[in-house]
Amino acid sequence: MPRRTDLKSILILGAGPIVIGQACEFDYSGAQACQALKEEGLRVILVNSNPATIMTDPVMADATYIEPINWRMVEKIIEKERPDAILPTMGGQTALNCALDLNRHGVLDKYNVELIGANCEAIDKAEDRELFDQAMQKIGLETPQHGIAHNLEQAREAIEKVGFPCIIRPSFTMGGTGGGIAYNKEEFDEICLRGMELSPTNELLIDESLIGWKEYELEVVRDTNDNCIIVCSIENFDAMGVHTGDSITVAPAQTLTDKEYQILRNAALAVLREIGVETGGSNVQFGINPVDGRLVIIEMNPRVSRSSALASKATGFPIARVAAKLAIGFTLDELRNEITGGVTPASFEPSIDYVVTKIPRFTFEKFPEANDRLTTQMKSVGEVMAIGRTFQESLHKALRGLEVGMCGFDPVLNLKLSDAKAVLTRELTEPGAERIWYIADAFRAGWPIDTIHELTGIDCWFLVQIEDLINDEKMLAKKSLEEIDYDVMRKLKRKGFSDMRLSQVLEIPELAVQSKRHELGIRPVYKRVDTCAAEFVSSTAYMYSTYEEECEAEPSDKDKIMVLGGGPNRIGQGIEFDYCCVHAALAMREDGYETVMVNCNPETVSTDYNISDRLFFEPLTFEDVIEVVQLEKPKGVIVQFGGQTPLNLVKRLEEAGVPVIGTSPDAIDRAEDRERFQQLIERVGLKQPPNSTVRSVEESIEAAKRITYPLVVRPSYVLGGRAMEIVYNEEELNRYMHDAVKVSNDSPVLLDYFLSAAIEIDVDLVCDGKQVVVGAIMQHIEQAGIHSGDSACSLPPYNLPMEVQDKIRQQVSALALELGVIGLMNTQLAYQDGEIYIIEVNPRASRTVPFVSKCIGRSLAKVAARCMVGQSLKDQGFTKEIIPKTFAVKEAIFPFNKFPGVDPILGPEMKSTGEVMGVGKTFAEAYAKAQMGAGEFFEVKGNAFLSVRDADKPHIAEVAKKLLRLGYSIVATHGTAAVIEEAGLEVAGVNKVAEGRPHIVDMLKNDEIQLIVNTTEGKQAILDSSLIRRTALRHDVFCTTTVAGALAVCEALSFSGNMSVYTIQDLHAALN
Amino acid sequence: MFGSAVLALEDGSVFHGIAIGAEGSSSGEVVFNTSMTGYQEILTDPSYAKQIVTLTYPHIGNTGTNEEDNESSRVWASGLVIRDLPLLASNWRNEQSLDEFLKARNVVAIAEIDTRRLTRLLRDKGALNGCLLTGAELEGGGEVQALRLARAFPGLKGMDLAKEVSVKESYYWKGGVWDLESGYKEDSDNRFNIVAYDFGVKNNILRMLADRDCEVRVVPAQTSASEVLAMKPDGIFLSNGPGDPEPCDYAIAAISELLEAGIPLFGICLGCQLMALACGASTLKMSLGHHGANHPVQNLKNGKVMITSQNHGFAVDEKTLPENLIATHKSLFDGSLQGIERTDKPAFAFQGHPEASPGPHDVAPLFDHFIELMANRN
Repeated sequence: MPRRTDLKSILILGAGPIVIGQACEFDYSGAQACQALKEEGLRVILVNSNPATIMTDPVMADATYIEPINWRMVEKIIEKERPDAILPTMGGQTALNCALDLNRHGVLDKYNVELIGANCEAIDKAEDRELFDQAMQKIGLETPQHGIAHNLEQAREAIEKVGFPCIIRPSFTMGGTGGGIAYNKEEFDEICLRGMELSPTNELLIDESLIGWKEYELEVVRDTNDNCIIVCSIENFDAMGVHTGDSITVAPAQTLTDKEYQILRNAALAVLREIGVETGGSNVQFGINPVDGRLVIIEMNPRVSRSSALASKATGFPIARVAAKLAIGFTLDELRNEITGGVTPASFEPSIDYVVTKIPRFTFEKFPEANDRLTTQMKSVGEVMAIGRTFQESLHKALRGLEVGMCGFDPVLNLKLSDAKAVLTRELTEPGAERIWYIADAFRAGWPIDTIHELTGIDCWFLVQIEDLINDEKMLAKKSLEEIDYDVMRKLKRKGFSDMRLSQVLEIPELAVQSKRHELGIRPVYKRVDTCAAEFVSSTAYMYSTYEEECEAEPSDKDKIMVLGGGPNRIGQGIEFDYCCVHAALAMREDGYETVMVNCNPETVSTDYNISDRLFFEPLTFEDVIEVVQLEKPKGVIVQFGGQTPLNLVKRLEEAGVPVIGTSPDAIDRAEDRERFQQLIERVGLKQPPNSTVRSVEESIEAAKRITYPLVVRPSYVLGGRAMEIVYNEEELNRYMHDAVKVSNDSPVLLDYFLSAAIEIDVDLVCDGKQVVVGAIMQHIEQAGIHSGDSACSLPPYNLPMEVQDKIRQQVSALALELGVIGLMNTQLAYQDGEIYIIEVNPRASRTVPFVSKCIGRSLAKVAARCMVGQSLKDQGFTKEIIPKTFAVKEAIFPFNKFPGVDPILGPEMKSTGEVMGVGKTFAEAYAKAQMGAGEFFEVKGNAFLSVRDADKPHIAEVAKKLLRLGYSIVATHGTAAVIEEAGLEVAGVNKVAEGRPHIVDMLKNDEIQLIVNTTEGKQAILDSSLIRRTALRHDVFCTTTVAGALAVCEALSFSGNMSVYTIQDLHAALN
Repeated sequence: MFGSAVLALEDGSVFHGIAIGAEGSSSGEVVFNTSMTGYQEILTDPSYAKQIVTLTYPHIGNTGTNEEDNESSRVWASGLVIRDLPLLASNWRNEQSLDEFLKARNVVAIAEIDTRRLTRLLRDKGALNGCLLTGAELEGGGEVQALRLARAFPGLKGMDLAKEVSVKESYYWKGGVWDLESGYKEDSDNRFNIVAYDFGVKNNILRMLADRDCEVRVVPAQTSASEVLAMKPDGIFLSNGPGDPEPCDYAIAAISELLEAGIPLFGICLGCQLMALACGASTLKMSLGHHGANHPVQNLKNGKVMITSQNHGFAVDEKTLPENLIATHKSLFDGSLQGIERTDKPAFAFQGHPEASPGPHDVAPLFDHFIELMANRN
């Protein structure tokens, strides 16, 4: 039946900031949904607090609200916009929870708004474990043995029935937050208590452990006429026990016969029907006992998910797009699959003729205290997907696409070590991020496949293929390059070995392997992803490389611009860079170029088939990129938008004659190389903090004496402030140089004088080589010393003198012109005691580009891309900085709640995964909204706890005064209390933890503290106070670790006006 | 460990790979199937007689083979073409690896070729005759020999294969459908007597009938109408099968007579085409047949879409349907006719495979419709 005529306007709920378990796949699905509904002539209203998304671009919806996604704010939007319906299935758990809240608080009834896609009953049935279990029983499907508990007593009753080991999962948390596997009573109690706290309904599900079972997932789409299709089946490489998001997964399912697969298919359809998902996409997860095939349903999600994004990219079937159409009443038979140019209907089940492998990407190095073993709680921050004609090929491509310094099965363990066997056993049994490489090492050590299977539970079908690859490496190690003939080389390349890995095994340079391969005439061919295994002719240029006979690429001779993407998300390089890549591709297409995208991250919008003219789903390594370049022969390659990933390739690409456009690699080097940077700063006549580059421990001590403490120390060439620290004395410097980094001639360490209590500023600008236009000046809320990606910032600056801003404009312009920047440049500066210091210059896209673009109503990335192909800023009519009259605040979002035991303190190393934006007429309103978007709700009552380092003591009385005026009572540690008392303010003293009980942590545990200001410095002091911050996190108490943050919070709290909601479209209109 | 193999097509294309099955040569019509599961069912489906089947999914053999998943007593496909035979079969029901299975049944097969290139070729040119050559026969001009044999294959047009693959003697079928816990079910009650014409019947059809309380007597393709009527059946089933329906004049004649008798009648695939011919419609050879397990078919009465298993190179020409034979289903891929029904008799037929095996079970309710027709008549 055709689309419903009663629907005129739809509100789409976004997913909010990127967090672990909910990443940019919801920008991909949300953007598709917006487009799908807009092209039907519906008025699309969108709410999403995340400014780094494509979906919040002003053209994507008719009314775009970058506002907090909570029911109160959404009610304001509903009141204003009066939508006919809400689509809650595109924004992950955030959107579903918001929809349930809207219902619970009567908002849906009050404004007579309907939920489409999934209704409350279906969401409840799928999400509430008890209801879900009953539903499954009703249709004769088994779920794991389990019990439900709302308190520890009930939990202990449940364990009697379920037995150890058991899996504990809190209800209604994303990515299984707070869950875990318990092998004994002690662990059990601990996980239960944590889980109940995290579950919004204080509910726990205690499951029979299916550790070692096989895990499968089916992506299902259903329409209002009860037509159902399975888009994709996915088989987990890792057995049950590791969260699906943290598992290596493979599509399609590999080890099921047709009879078994059809059981899963029928069960998945039955689940959708019973849960009552009327329209749209869902996924159903299964566990299968490998011994007898016994099948249990693990869970289902009545919405699009990370897996559905993966399934869309894996098959070429745009699930979110189709789901959005179905939600407004279309049926599957009425829709065509756009990816095949409409050759195939949307009502069929894709057939694929390749193997897809996904490997998650972890960031444990950022959280050294975190438990780095993989469990049922998701911990990965990104993923890579690879396509190959065989599992071996796709696995190899995924390993190198992951960008963790591996080009294949690089050894990770020295097998000669005496404890190698013990290490291997542990790594295989208790998986960590690198298990796949340890498996290869176990084969290298000659372990039999059965042993490895027993320890890992991984199906032998997968294991035997890794064994085979290791055998190939062993064979190869005995040969020289000359001995490798056509047949051997082709066979190795068909198994996905990279030139780099072959060169490592042969102990020769990579380029030697490449030239040999080219001499032998062995080049990859490109096959198309067409959803139908070549059964029909399709026009879509979505391609992957493989080593076969026929190439289907058919490159055109049009003028092309190629954009290199950012690869898997990680902390420090995420959706912001994908946003820039997408904009670059769109701008180039608008200007008549044929656009070519290379990327390997399945969550992204950039890997959507309709963003570029030609999409190569390939790892971003030199080998994979150069082959595409040589095939497509682009006129220009854009490398400065994808973050560090493509920049790392620049030198080699240039050497290979690739036409890299934009700022020259030499200019990039001038900005990144400390010594050349210093010369640059001097040449332009600017200031930077005293600094030095050292290549040994001794050198560092000497240099420190000259620069004086405190110092910011870090290894050279890093993104996201990896291993960056502030040291306050020689002892700490010594420790850092010995333990934290491996300093050498090749990898020097940088020392900078640390400008404490300085105001930090970020500037994004765009330059065409002759003219500079500042995109925006952003003032950080937190003072210098906190990584810029972790700091909240205000656009425009909220208390930076205008003349300072003007000086900054002059300085960054001079820098950009001196460097000859063509495209974007980001500068970090500090302002202290009337002086401006240049901290860092990055002549490339920065994390703040999407935020700035949303604020000023111009896409900086598009402007920059056009500069790169030779259009001047004047040509583009972009010659003047746009300064908004309203305030926008960007706030960072942290994954601390996923890593119990980790100190949630901010520092020079970046730890945030995402960001939200708050908009307001005043800074206070914008900041308050940003905090609300970040999930903070302040209740102005009770006690505020203050404890600050000496350097902050002169300012703490001001904070205390403001808090008192707001209505808090003040509690402080004795030193801080003395300062406050001296100022004549009322304060109660409390013991530090080391000072005896009752102490501050007791108060926190008794819920007697409602707000914390806690600043510290120095390794020991930080360690001493970490229990306070960790306890605060567990008890959901707001904690700021800077005085500047505290003052901003006070200002936000003083904002008493009624918060208004603003559309981006209106804000942009006001700029002109 | 595997020798080499060659696949030659009548248009002169040659593919070199490795021999994973028996030694020897085999000619047939080369077709492809896009089903990602069910290779064992496909190999043992009699409809693949005289066809060399290419499977588009690259890894074939992942789950090995077992006794339960055969669709008939032997492999009927003339040969198998795949991209990759995995190093190991992994499944709790696995009994024999695919290559052993092929060797034991003397089936020639080739792996390690660019099956996507082959599929695109077949898609663009339609099914081509071809020859698979392995082992000793390859020595000395194997390629030329393979090409010669490929071109010598007469093609399926006009070929009556139904009587070749059919049983020679009638028999009673035993056994219901498979389930995970108990394997194949025992027979239950016998409410209806069915006579099933074997034009190359797949076992799962018989199982699904047996499951619905039918006693099924399977008869040879050339059984006359009078013989069948003498068995006093409650219903008559026309099976799937290989080849061109048009030369099967004996069957067409028998079906015409049986239709007149007003006994409920249900045809699948070749059986569907034969019923159409018996009603006066005509059939044609499709330039591109349907071979896959992902084909959407729409029920024209209620608009419902079902995902179906398909395997046919001939089709009923919709333009030639007489007035008393109406279209009930159509393919959403190419709009081709997928189901027919007599307006004046309790007879209907389906072009795809409601018995699945391999493939989705969405169309299984057609069997229930057959039962209904019989129940209504009693």
